[in-house]
Parts: sequence; C-alpha cells; structure tokens
Amino acid sequence: MTDTAPLIELRQVAKVYGAGMAAVHALREVDLRIDQGDFVAVMGPSGSGKSTAMNILGCLDAPTSGSYCFRGVRVEHLTRDQRALLRRHYLGFVFQGFNLLARTSALENVELPLLYRGLHASARRAAARAALASVGLSGWESHAPAELSGGQQQRVAIARALVTRPAVLLADEPTGNLDTARSREIMELLRALQSERGITIIMVTHEADMAAYARRIVRFLDGRVASDTLNGTLAA
Amino acid sequence: MIWNALLLSLREIRRNLTRSFLTVLGIMIGVSAVITMVTLGNGATRAVQDQIASLGSNLIILRPGQRLGPGGGVGAPNFKLADAQAIESQVSGVEAVAPSIARSATIVRMARNWTSSVTGSTNAFFATGNWTLAEGRYFNDTEERAGRAVCVIGETVRRELFGAQSPIGGDMRIKQFSCEVIGLLASKGQSTFGMDQDDVIVMPLRTVQRRLTGSQDVNSIRISVQEGVSVDRAMAAVQQLMRERRKIGANEDNNFNLMDTRQIAETLTGTTRVLTMLLGAVAAVSLIVGGIGIMNIMLVSVTERTREIGIRLAIGALERDVLLQFLIEAVTLACLGGIIGIVLATVASYQLAQMMQVPFLFDARINVVSFLFSAAIGVVFGYFPARRAARLDPIEALRHE
Ligand SMILES: Nc1ncnc2c1ncn2[C@@H]1O[C@H](COP(=O)(O)OP(=O)(O)OP(=O)(O)O)[C@@H](O)[C@H]1O
Ligand SMILES: [Mg+2]
Repeated sequence: MTDTAPLIELRQVAKVYGAGMAAVHALREVDLRIDQGDFVAVMGPSGSGKSTAMNILGCLDAPTSGSYCFRGVRVEHLTRDQRALLRRHYLGFVFQGFNLLARTSALENVELPLLYRGLHASARRAAARAALASVGLSGWESHAPAELSGGQQQRVAIARALVTRPAVLLADEPTGNLDTARSREIMELLRALQSERGITIIMVTHEADMAAYARRIVRFLDGRVASDTLNGTLAA
Repeated sequence: MIWNALLLSLREIRRNLTRSFLTVLGIMIGVSAVITMVTLGNGATRAVQDQIASLGSNLIILRPGQRLGPGGGVGAPNFKLADAQAIESQVSGVEAVAPSIARSATIVRMARNWTSSVTGSTNAFFATGNWTLAEGRYFNDTEERAGRAVCVIGETVRRELFGAQSPIGGDMRIKQFSCEVIGLLASKGQSTFGMDQDDVIVMPLRTVQRRLTGSQDVNSIRISVQEGVSVDRAMAAVQQLMRERRKIGANEDNNFNLMDTRQIAETLTGTTRVLTMLLGAVAAVSLIVGGIGIMNIMLVSVTERTREIGIRLAIGALERDVLLQFLIEAVTLACLGGIIGIVLATVASYQLAQMMQVPFLFDARINVVSFLFSAAIGVVFGYFPARRAARLDPIEALRHE
C-alpha cells in the first residue's frame, strides 16, 4: 500500500442480478475513488443502485465484473473469512433495514461487533453504553428492538456501526426514519467523528439537507455515476 | 472465542426456553433410560449374587434330568433316600447331605391361610442351606424316623400365620393333617424378584413322603463339602457314584445334573448381565433418536435464524465463529439433557429399585459414560446444522425474510 493509493477504488464495476431476459443491471461500469477521511453523500432515485454499491463497498457482495481495491487490496481476490475480517476491523455498516437482532437488548446488539473483536465483557459493556449515549439512547439499553420506535432502532443501528470506531462508516439512509432535529444531531455527530477521528463516511440519503453535511456528493442514475461534485460548488 | 460462543449459545438457549426444553427432551429420556436400565440391572445381578452367596460357597446340588429348567427332568427317574445315604458314606470330604422333596400346599391356622412350598428333608437341610434357628429346635431322631407331623418354619410363614405371636408349639393344618411348629428359622433378610427365601416350611422327609407326595422319591440332594476339600473333586466323585447307582453305560449321558454354587452363580448372573446389556442397548437407541431430535430442531433453528446469521456475518463473524456458536449450542443442549437425565435416572432407579426389591447401586461409570455420550451426540448431530449456518452467504442471509 502506498500513500498515494486511495482508500477505496472501484474500477468498471458492474452488478447484474439474474440472467437472460430477467437480468437486472443494478450497476454498470462504475468508477469511483474515495480518499481517506472523506465524507461522501450518495444520492439518486430509488432503484438506481445505491444500496447495491454500498453492499459492494462494504465487502458484503461481490461485483459481477470490475475490480474493487480497499487500501490497495483487491477485495475480489480475498477469501470469505478475509473479507469478514476486513469488515470486522475496518468497516461499520448501518443497513437500510436496520438489521438488529430480534429479542436482543439494544446493549447486546451494540456489543455484538465488539464480541467478535474479542473485547472483554466490561470493556464491551462500557463502549456499548457510550455508543448508545452518543446517539441519545441512554436509558434504553435493556429494550429489545420490538420495544423501540423506528427512529430509536435506527439510532441503535448507528451506535452498533460506530462502537468499533471503524475506519470507514457505510450508512444506508441513516436518517431515513428520524425527524429533522434528530437527523441534524446524528449528522453533527458524524461530522464530528469525521473531523476529529478522521473516519471516512459514505452515506446514502434522499434529503438534500443531510447531503449538505457531506464534503462530496455522488449521484447515481440507472446504475451509473451521473455526477460527482464537491459540496461547495453544488451548494453555491 | 470459545467463551464468546458459549455466551452466545447460552443467551440463545435462555431466549427460547420452551424450544430448548423440547430439544433436550429426547436426550434427557435417552440418558435416563440407559442409566436406569443399567443401574437396575446391576442391582438385580447383585441381588442374585447375594442370594447365591447365602447358600454357602461349598454347596453341590444334585437333580434328576440332564439340565436345569423346564422339561429338563422329564423321564429321568427321581432319587431315593438310599442315594443320599450312599453319597454320605462313600464320598469323602462330604460334610452334610440333605435329600429333599417339595410340594406346594395351603396351610391354615385359625382364620388365616398361606400357600407355600413344603419341603421334606433331614436336619442336614439346615446345615447345607446356612440356616440358623431363631427359636425352638430342629427335628429329633424319633420325629425323623417316625415321620412325625412337626415343622420348622421361616420368618415369612410366621408373620403370615402367627402375626406377632411366637409360633413354637402352635398348630397349623396342612391338607388333612395338623402339624406342630417346633422351630423358627432366623430370617435371611433379603428377597429378590418375589423369591422370598424366608417363605419356607420344612418337615421330616418321611412326613412329606407319606402324607403329601405318597412316594419314596427325593427330587433334589444338596451336598455341602467340608472346608478345604476341593468341590470339583467331590463333584466328580458324586457323579461317578450316581452313574454307577443309576446303571448308566460308559457312552450314555448322565440322566441327572450336578451344579455347584459357583456354576449357579455364573449361570444366573450371566443371564442378568445379558438382560442388562440388552435393555441398555435398547435405551441407547433412544439416546441416538434424541440426537436426531437435536439435529432436527437445530436445522429448523438455522432456517429460522438465517437473518440473524446474516447480521452476524455482516458485522464481522467468521465462518468458524458461527459454526462454533451453533455447535456449542447443540452440545450445551445435549449436555443439559444429559445432566437432567442423570438426575432423573438417579431418582427413578432409586424408586424402582425399592419397588423391585433389588439393591440400588449407584454406578458412577455409567453416569459419566452416558454424559460423555450425550455430549458426543451433541457434536455429531449439531455439526451438520452448524456447518449449514456457517456457510450461508451474508448478503443472501440478510435478504432472507
Ligand atoms: N437481490 C436482488 N435481486 C434482484 N434484483 C435486485 C436485488 N437487489 C437489488 N435489485 C435490483 O437492483 C436495482 C438497484 O437496487 P438497489 O437496492 O441498489 O436500489 P437503491 O438505489 O438502493 O434504491 P432505494 O433508494 O429504494 O433503496 C433495483 O432495480 C433492484 O430491483
Ligand atoms: Mg437502497
């Protein structure tokens, strides 16, 4: 890995679901470079391939063709377990559908990634409490997802992604279920993390308000990158 | 990593208590069946051994017919008193010889009655059977020679016919005649499978022959061998003598059989051991069926929890983390079933041993073996579902409804 290599580099990435007549081209010839410490908002109409791209960036899914380099490593050449370790140590993921463990308390949900990192119970507990507090959920530790509102569940999911202090945070509509005030709090939190800890944030959003917190905006259209602009120039 | 997997498994078991209980039910029943069967079988073997030991170690039993058991004595002539006398006078090293014949009869005393076996024999019966007197006396010469209506009874007969009273000097009616009780035998204090050793009535041989069987026949001869004399040698001598007396040709088989206590013990304990093993094996099959139950429920559980597995994989769980979690869950369930099974078996076999009147012998080895076996079943039957869980594709699993 050299200093000049970008953190993330997609080259000619395509993703096709199904085959033949029923084939859906979710991504076509996507080229994308993201540097360390960047804050990128991904926008675009529904079905334009945002979540598909996030899954590939998150090493959860493999592209049909093209290459993905993460810190200079070709992800498609890694084994299943190597990709899992990459997720464990570098990535935090906020899923579009939250994906919390049912019938499991908020605290245990947030502890989960730390468990796989091999932290001790006390350290795990403390970190999970702190993460829940940072998203404004102190006092809700023992509630299971079914006992939480959509917005609260979303915040638990954000806490779970942040608790490991990942190098890269991938968030698929992290504020989709939150009111404006809450959304702003979360965005302030993300911006603080980015500026203080230098973490890289890639966030899908439909709202221009939220995208305004990002440094850079990538727009998808029909599986292609339609535009890639710095926020200042767009907002002006 | 093992601890984490154990923690996760325990959380999952606690979260689904009912399902977990149903899962372990099969193992529980299997383990408790195996242990109960083996424990009771051991108890029965011990009971048989004890009973035979109470016969004395130097006893030879001579019976007509080629072998023991039903049909073995058909057509073979019975013995006579003279056979017993010949053994006593001609075989060296013999301590006592008790010819005997038994008949079942109903004994009446006042308002009570009791059906038992009435044995006709000599005073040698008590010596060869390791009996001692609790009260009264044995037969005297006149009673034996004249065939007087006197009897020595066991503790059970006393209890049934005399209640709390002393039986000595008391009268009982057997068929048409009245009989005086002259002695009470000390209780042997144990009984197995309803075979109560204290349920005995002994009369002089001649009395039984004359009043109950109406013949001179004797259907068994018990021979006790002197201390320090080889039982095998005495047996060979008795066999030789009997072949001569019964005029058996050189190439003909015996029409009688001889057994010493050791052989009887081997035959009977051999039988109970085979039975124990058989029952244990049947129970072990139920343990394996219990293992299949675990596999079944674990497979359902993997399908049910596909999404959960997807989340774990997405968050950074390795294949082996998931494999270990599910494997440990299966093993923990199996071990839980094993532990509950051991507790159940201990309670059940204690109760059953009391009911069946066999000693309760706690066998640590079979408990440990059953426990390890159930753990092994957890590993074997948990591995397949666990591997299936670990091999799930994270993104597919996340999309699973
Ligand atoms: N597992 C799948 N199988 C088949 N087609 C799929 C699958 N996942 C996504 N697609 C298709 O790929 C295209 C892109 O989907 P994707 O989820 O990336 O959209 P998106 O931009 O995230 O939309 P939204 O804003 O609604 O979340 C859609 O047409 C969708 O139908
Ligand atoms: Mg989406």
